[in-house]
Amino acid sequence: MGMELPTEEAGFHEMNDGYISDSEVVFHVRSVLKLVSQGDDEQYNQLVEVMNCTQRLEPDQEAMLVASLKALSGAVSSIDVIFHETLLSSIFGMSMWNCGRDAMDALVELIINLAVSSGDFVDACLDMLVCNFLPPPTVLPSLSQTRGLARKKEVLDRVHSALRSIADLVPLAPLRLMPIVLQRMPRVHAKEALIVIYVESMLRLESSSIGELVGSTMLMAVVDRLIDLDVEIGWEDILQEDTSKGIFDMELEDIEENADEDDAKIGNELPKGALSRQSLGGNLVAEKLDSLMGLACEHLKSCAESGRLVKVFETLIQSFEMTVLNAYKSKFAQFVMFYACSLDPENCAMKFATFLADVFMCRTNPPLTRMSAVSYLASYLSRGKFLPSSFVASILKRLVQWCFEYTQFWDSQETAFNPTAHRVFYSGCQAVMYVLCFRMRLLIEVPHLKYQLFHMPLEAILRHPLDPLKVCLPSIVEEFLRQAKEAPLFTMSETFLFNDQLESEFSKAFGGMERLDMFFPFDPCLLKKSDRYIRPNFVFWSMVRATYDDDEDDDPDVDIYEDDLADENAVSFRENGLAQSVEDQDLDLINFESSLSKMSISPKASLKHGFPGQFDTPTRMPAKIRPSTSPDW
Amino acid sequence: MEGLRVADADLVVYIHPSKANKIKQAVLRQLSSALLFQFNENFDGVVLAYDEQFQSNKAKITPGIVPNLGVKLKAKLLLFSPKPDMLLEGKVVKLGKESIHVIVLGFSSAAITFEDIREEFKYKTKHGESVFASMSHKRHVIKVGSMIRFLVKRSLKKQREKDLEVEMQEQDTRVGAAFTSSILRHKSKRKRTAEES
Repeated sequence: MGMELPTEEAGFHEMNDGYISDSEVVFHVRSVLKLVSQGDDEQYNQLVEVMNCTQRLEPDQEAMLVASLKALSGAVSSIDVIFHETLLSSIFGMSMWNCGRDAMDALVELIINLAVSSGDFVDACLDMLVCNFLPPPTVLPSLSQTRGLARKKEVLDRVHSALRSIADLVPLAPLRLMPIVLQRMPRVHAKEALIVIYVESMLRLESSSIGELVGSTMLMAVVDRLIDLDVEIGWEDILQEDTSKGIFDMELEDIEENADEDDAKIGNELPKGALSRQSLGGNLVAEKLDSLMGLACEHLKSCAESGRLVKVFETLIQSFEMTVLNAYKSKFAQFVMFYACSLDPENCAMKFATFLADVFMCRTNPPLTRMSAVSYLASYLSRGKFLPSSFVASILKRLVQWCFEYTQFWDSQETAFNPTAHRVFYSGCQAVMYVLCFRMRLLIEVPHLKYQLFHMPLEAILRHPLDPLKVCLPSIVEEFLRQAKEAPLFTMSETFLFNDQLESEFSKAFGGMERLDMFFPFDPCLLKKSDRYIRPNFVFWSMVRATYDDDEDDDPDVDIYEDDLADENAVSFRENGLAQSVEDQDLDLINFESSLSKMSISPKASLKHGFPGQFDTPTRMPAKIRPSTSPDW
Repeated sequence: MEGLRVADADLVVYIHPSKANKIKQAVLRQLSSALLFQFNENFDGVVLAYDEQFQSNKAKITPGIVPNLGVKLKAKLLLFSPKPDMLLEGKVVKLGKESIHVIVLGFSSAAITFEDIREEFKYKTKHGESVFASMSHKRHVIKVGSMIRFLVKRSLKKQREKDLEVEMQEQDTRVGAAFTSSILRHKSKRKRTAEES
């Protein structure tokens, strides 16, 4: 084994008789390194010079680099953290993206040897490898091409295998790797391609052997970043009384040109200035979020295939509890949970619902957390196509029981009507009604579930002096009463007195500043890429058969959810007058934008200030709880 | 093996009030995350295991912005604190011409550089496998997977990361004997495993 050294390297001149063995080169480099402590650093500086490469090298330079790297690999024990600081900083400053294959291999070997030779170098080596998760700016544009992708694979394969080798040889290295990965993670405003490639590497770490130690941290960090991006996307402030700012604040400037009739209507409600640069920025963030959510979903899918989902789900729930649940009305990040649940309906799906119910019922939790939890629960039970009716009924029973017990402890001396004081109760009632809006028909079709439902103390709760019907969101109450009347859920002959006030002061009060009364987290996901994962397991309002629906033509034995998805799409698309291919799951960007603008939970205008059209059609859920009028609906 | 000792410790673990309903769980979590596998200056070693005993069911609330609960407990700690000239045992995980890399107790890594490997051992490649073979004893071979016993030359304690690594040297006849015995032991272990399986 041997190699030929290029003649340019002055440091090797004395040995340059044509052919030198590897060990001779190692020996020479070692002596060069030792000379530095004696003040002779001429050859050392030449060695450092070879390492200083910031761009693609010529073949001969590359050969020189490979030779030097290999020699240094053999001489790592002679490298001193103080004397050879410049050499080390040159090595750690190298980017593998600029090296050829041989140089990459040699560099990786050197880094591994350095890391295991002394604890002094472990951090720096890990840091160097983590930096190589990201390509230099010059390489970034080529990543979308085949050549760029091949390059990316070459580099990242080597980086990850190096990390695994270091973890095998230095067992505690993963614990040091964790803070480095978190610290180097690109910020929210970094380029989409950078965030995506970095998160890919993080998820790859999670699924590798190192993931045993760092996996949960990686996942949590990814979810945190999803939330960071999520909050960057501006919600339409629902408390805003300004009717001119009615829609979701995320549109491209050309939306009006491409918009269909509905969009045009909305566009007219908006002053032109509303479509500003700020909203364009929001859209870029939404795209980043969408890409990351797509990655996360893909990762969860691979976890499910390899049988790791249950373990990963534990981490997801923890992370959900810590960040998503308490984030102010998270818009999209929660769909990762939804997708994870849909992958494993028997374990994860039920665990999530039980977890949310537990959070809601735990008295030590802050009221806002409990309200938020029950909002998630209601939305989840309504929208999860994979949840069996019997399970929904059992959770409903728990909720109703809790509400009933609450009314029993109510102090009858209390005279003033104070929705804020009982906001947790009202949010519970609203959740029950919301779920029943979606599920009542399905529940009463199964005899034992019907029996269960009819024996819930719903009437006692709704007729209680706390009067949830007056306080909960009127649109939900109205729809619920309509379906309940048809069921018929209530035995007493007298009808409920529900004065059809659109948005009562009471209903506003119980939601408080956060307006959690209007928070429906699993309304249709309007992100293009992630919607592909969510859609097949999602119940759209258009798919729900209400108790009052005339279905004589339908076969009553056929569950509505058994309908072919494509057919559902076709119907909903047709209803919205969109001539778009049903098979085409990738909705085009324009539709995506307009969908965003019609995000359900942010109604176009406060109902109190007049809302033409919507309530003229009582056969559909009012807009407040009908998340979108998009094609998906 | 040297370097292991048991210490009695009086500890006060501060628990955030939000964990007040699950004190024991919170204490154990805190102990695990703050102590285990990290170098601790107070104990002068790495805590490998603990056995805690609560002194009472009362805890003192600390004054300050966050009213943490100070839970007192006594704990027996198993510590790993290698010092120079101690004899340790470890498993060889990587072996090259320049060095032997060893993992001690499954978590601490150590490197023996070529200068510290006795001259008696020569680096060879046998059947594609790298080994250090003794010149004086034909069957005395160090390869990946061998358990070896070695002398600590320098231990490196990084305060910031509270981590520990050791670097070793073996130089006298005493260690040579140790090598032999450890390899024999290693072989007997393998034999036993084979019998069990």
